[in-house]
Amino acid sequence: MAAQYLTVFLSLILLLLPSAFGISNRNSEGYSINGKVRFPGFSSTGFGLPAKVSNIKIILNGGEKVTFVRPDGYFSLYPDDFNLPAQGLISEVFGMHKCSILFSPFSLRNFIHNVPAGTHLIEVAAIGYFFSPVRVDVSARHPGKVQAALTENRRSLSELVLEPMVEEQYFEIREPFNVLSLLKSPMGLMIGFMVIVMFLMPKLVDPEELKRAQEEMGAQGGVPSLANFLSGAQRTN
Amino acid sequence: MNMAIRVYLLLFIVLSYSYTAFSLYEDQVGLMDWHQQYIGKVKHAVFHTHKAARKRVVVSTEENVVSSLDLRHGEIFWRHVLAPSDVIDQIDIALGKYVITLSSGGSILRAWNLPDGQMVWESTLLGPKASKPLLLVPANFKIDRENVMFVYGSGFIHAISSIDGEVIWKKELASEGINIQQLIYSDGSDTISAVGFVGTHRFGAYILDVKSGERLKYMSMEFTGGFSGDLSLVTDDTAVAIDSIGTSLVTIQFHDGLISFHQTPLSHLIQDFRRAAVISPSNIPGAFILDTDNSVTLIKVISRGELKVVEELGHATAVSDALFLPGGQQAFALVQHRDGKILLTVKLDSDDGTSNLLEETIHLDNQRGKVQKVFINTYVRVDRSNGFRVLIVMEDDSLFLLQQGEIVWSREDGLASIVDVKPVELPVEKDGVSVAKVENNLFEWLKGHLLKLKGTLMIATPDDVAAIQKMRLQSSGKSKMTRDRNGFRKLLIVLTRAGKLFALHTGDGRIVWSRLLRTLRKSETCQSPRGISLHQWQDPHHHALDQNPFVLIVGRCGDSLDSAGLLSIVDAYTGEERNHMEPVHSIVHIIPLSFTDSLEQRLHLLLDANRRAHLYPRTAEALDIFRRESGNIYWYSAETEEGTLRGHSVYKNCVLEEADNFCFDSRDLWSIVFPSESEKIAATATRSLNEVVHTQAKVTADQEVMYKYVSKNLLFLATVAPKAVGPIGSVTPDESSLIAYLIDTVTGRILHRVTHHGSVGPVHAICGIINYCDIQENKDVLKLVLGTHNLTSPITAYSRPEVSTKSQSYFFAHSLKTMAVTLTAKGITSKQVLLGTIGDQVLALDKRFLDPRRTVNPTQVEKEEGIIPLTDSLPIIPQSYVTHALKVEGLRGIVTVPAKLESTTLVFAYGTDLFFTRLAPSRTYDSLTEDFSYALLLITIGSLVVAIFVTWVWSEKKELQEKWR
Repeated sequence: MAAQYLTVFLSLILLLLPSAFGISNRNSEGYSINGKVRFPGFSSTGFGLPAKVSNIKIILNGGEKVTFVRPDGYFSLYPDDFNLPAQGLISEVFGMHKCSILFSPFSLRNFIHNVPAGTHLIEVAAIGYFFSPVRVDVSARHPGKVQAALTENRRSLSELVLEPMVEEQYFEIREPFNVLSLLKSPMGLMIGFMVIVMFLMPKLVDPEELKRAQEEMGAQGGVPSLANFLSGAQRTN
Repeated sequence: MNMAIRVYLLLFIVLSYSYTAFSLYEDQVGLMDWHQQYIGKVKHAVFHTHKAARKRVVVSTEENVVSSLDLRHGEIFWRHVLAPSDVIDQIDIALGKYVITLSSGGSILRAWNLPDGQMVWESTLLGPKASKPLLLVPANFKIDRENVMFVYGSGFIHAISSIDGEVIWKKELASEGINIQQLIYSDGSDTISAVGFVGTHRFGAYILDVKSGERLKYMSMEFTGGFSGDLSLVTDDTAVAIDSIGTSLVTIQFHDGLISFHQTPLSHLIQDFRRAAVISPSNIPGAFILDTDNSVTLIKVISRGELKVVEELGHATAVSDALFLPGGQQAFALVQHRDGKILLTVKLDSDDGTSNLLEETIHLDNQRGKVQKVFINTYVRVDRSNGFRVLIVMEDDSLFLLQQGEIVWSREDGLASIVDVKPVELPVEKDGVSVAKVENNLFEWLKGHLLKLKGTLMIATPDDVAAIQKMRLQSSGKSKMTRDRNGFRKLLIVLTRAGKLFALHTGDGRIVWSRLLRTLRKSETCQSPRGISLHQWQDPHHHALDQNPFVLIVGRCGDSLDSAGLLSIVDAYTGEERNHMEPVHSIVHIIPLSFTDSLEQRLHLLLDANRRAHLYPRTAEALDIFRRESGNIYWYSAETEEGTLRGHSVYKNCVLEEADNFCFDSRDLWSIVFPSESEKIAATATRSLNEVVHTQAKVTADQEVMYKYVSKNLLFLATVAPKAVGPIGSVTPDESSLIAYLIDTVTGRILHRVTHHGSVGPVHAICGIINYCDIQENKDVLKLVLGTHNLTSPITAYSRPEVSTKSQSYFFAHSLKTMAVTLTAKGITSKQVLLGTIGDQVLALDKRFLDPRRTVNPTQVEKEEGIIPLTDSLPIIPQSYVTHALKVEGLRGIVTVPAKLESTTLVFAYGTDLFFTRLAPSRTYDSLTEDFSYALLLITIGSLVVAIFVTWVWSEKKELQEKWR
């Protein structure tokens, strides 16, 4: 008889357990992904977001779900299709996800609850920053085994804290004025080339040889100098 | 000589290695691009007009946008675009500082900060079954000093704290199978009731304790007549519904635990009642609006469920919700159409009938259609009387704010839902019209260029910079209504979901004309018309230059493929509808043929659901041309459901009851059946018809010839494993695969087939390049297939070409929404692939990155050819974002149009926003850039002249010395 009471008692306890452990268990019927976006260097605590990125979207699986980031940088994603195995438990199991993940940040399972087995992709869209997409692998064979890694550098994540990889600069920066850039422009090149021809080319020629050539030219009827050329042109006018 | 070639080659390589083909300085924004932000058709609007804060109106729209608009000018303060599946059900303002949105069928509740739009909190309310989502935000109701709102969704009622979204209590209400229609809470009461129907014949009501959610009472009662449609709440304990046969109104009273019904036949209330009536969902306490075929009636509920007709409101009317005035009275607005004008009436509703508070007529242009929705708001005038402002949503999705009989502002939000885009050339400049306006005078011109020079030398003062910017923005008459030499100015003809056609000028994005198409409006014969696509109907450019171009608009009556088709031909310069065809045969596919008649009308072949082909235009000349060419016309059809691909050709005239010369039966030439258990068609792509290819062949470094397209009739098709059709994450890598085919559409021959294991859709394809997601690596993959074959012998479509394919896969960091390729006039300029990323940006990627001949270590010869060393992922250079620091929210499509200038292409990206820019994939090699400094050129020439004279003098002197010696 006593044993019977005991079993009844035990089963009662077991029945009540899920509600007792509501926090750890409350997502056992649906999945959720909780994480955080952090901008390093923005504030010492890493909390808060820069003003220019108030419109950050978190995108799951290429647009299947889109959510936004709270002022503290946290976000959560939930499924649409929510199939409940048993209705009795739901009212206890439901709960708001009030960033309880904060308190045990070192287990990835606290960030990604009960996501169906498969490979998932989380992307962050924020103008001005490049975030590496995060690949989340949920093992089918070992329930509860979750891996997350950045796809760009394959660094695995122990917590779902997303940081921008680089800040994106969409515009060319105007170089301040310098002589070099002026010289590099087509006109500068033109002038430079002219200068080279005028002042360096004669130097390249052996002076002795030049003299000889000039004498030869003189014998043939004078040097066709620039002065002659221009004055000749004037005369024809 | 060899040396010279080497040098040139080196120079070429150096030039071609500068990848950043597209890059912009920050001060060049807006110079050749424009960006317009829209929100879409407004569904709900909530005014926020407290004295202290800026006046604004918060709206939610059918494009899933929640936005806050400036009530004074209609500008967007902030805006968020939700995911397409996350449809907004309700919005409200809580605590005077949070915008609350309920979305995804009542399962996601979000709060946004009213001033800046930052999301404050988000709650997910999950439940077992779908139900009508309801949101109720009591003005000041508190539990434990926390403001609370009530949400009903998925069968549960939740009491939620407004501060942080915490659930205070929740209760399941779906257990009795009740379909909750309304939540009722009157201020100061201890109970909240939820009422609805159980099945079709029973009315049920829950009464819950407002503090704890405890169920105090459940009552239900059967009504033998049954109910149809929605329940409409009149007062806190009275509701009305229409009975199941639609002939009488049922007043339901539920008071002190008792339910009573009172039935009133509609014919008693309305004189000539014939057909079905609907209770319109406006919220006027004590009364409701009954919408019948020929009239709109305001009906009041008097004691014990008796109904009384208060007023007949005439036809085609939109009625707003009631607004409580400070004196305890209530008012509502109604809008009627009268002789092309809008008649706005604000009615004061009191116990003894209604009186008109305000009556105004407003003139709107006649391309707006009917008023769809009205939202009313009040303000206190200087003389302390009540003034009213009214927000109206029109049939073309535009939004107007009316106040004191005037339009304060308007927004063309139909442009948020573009269906299709077609570019049209502007008219040629006529003799009389002043052509290129020469610069005012030389002095002005020189001054401008001196300013520019100052700018480039970075010695300009801020004032100068502002002057330069202003000069640039209004430069070169970019918004003129005539064709320009470079072909930058065009019209973009845009069809929106509301059935309105807009012509946008590419120079500044302004609307040149707009027209609500008669064909695409609801009519007796066509209940739910829908525009599908636009086509170039007549594009005169040779011998019919005096003709205006025309576009063909194709639509459908309803969503299914076999519903009747609609055709309309519209003048692209004026928006006149030249002719329109009443519901014709169904339209499944439209094939623009490459033939035009003597008026340059393009021949179109329209395929219907019975596999018949109909020829348009229906003229003898067109028929003649078609008969001559019909042997060379082939098309294919891909049936995704059955998994077959079929090739067709024209067979003979249809055998119909009435003879139709323009109808042809088609003949199946070939078919490919894909195994349904392992493959499902995900995407097809052919080369675009208007693509111009300059050089068909390409000589590679090792003296081989490669051809750009194996044949014109090449079809690219991708199939995925049936399981992998869903989004990423729905399958594991080992059960998904993707197979890509290259198929000749004339013979149905499969030229190439390649399998990728572990890949899933969604698949985007543009000819030669496909994009899919590889879930083994979980990166988006772009892949290019290039075919070569030997063309030494004359080739016919029937000979089997030798195809050797090279393909490579690259990873791309972002998921993609859409893809496009830049098109140029002659096809000489190298191409860029435009990638619309998931973050709603458009990235230009040089096509050389997608060359399948890339190897890890290219040889010297290959390097000279411009082959980039192979990398596994594609680079993302932030400067090559076409949209620079902007987003095209809700990006859906990218259209590229070649300009007349070979180096340049015009890009139009649309979604909820519109973005237009000009791209030069290989820089503008054929024209000077806009910021080219003529002053610098003049200075250079001047200095050269000076140098010549100086050297002349020197030379003279030197010669003199020489002679004296």
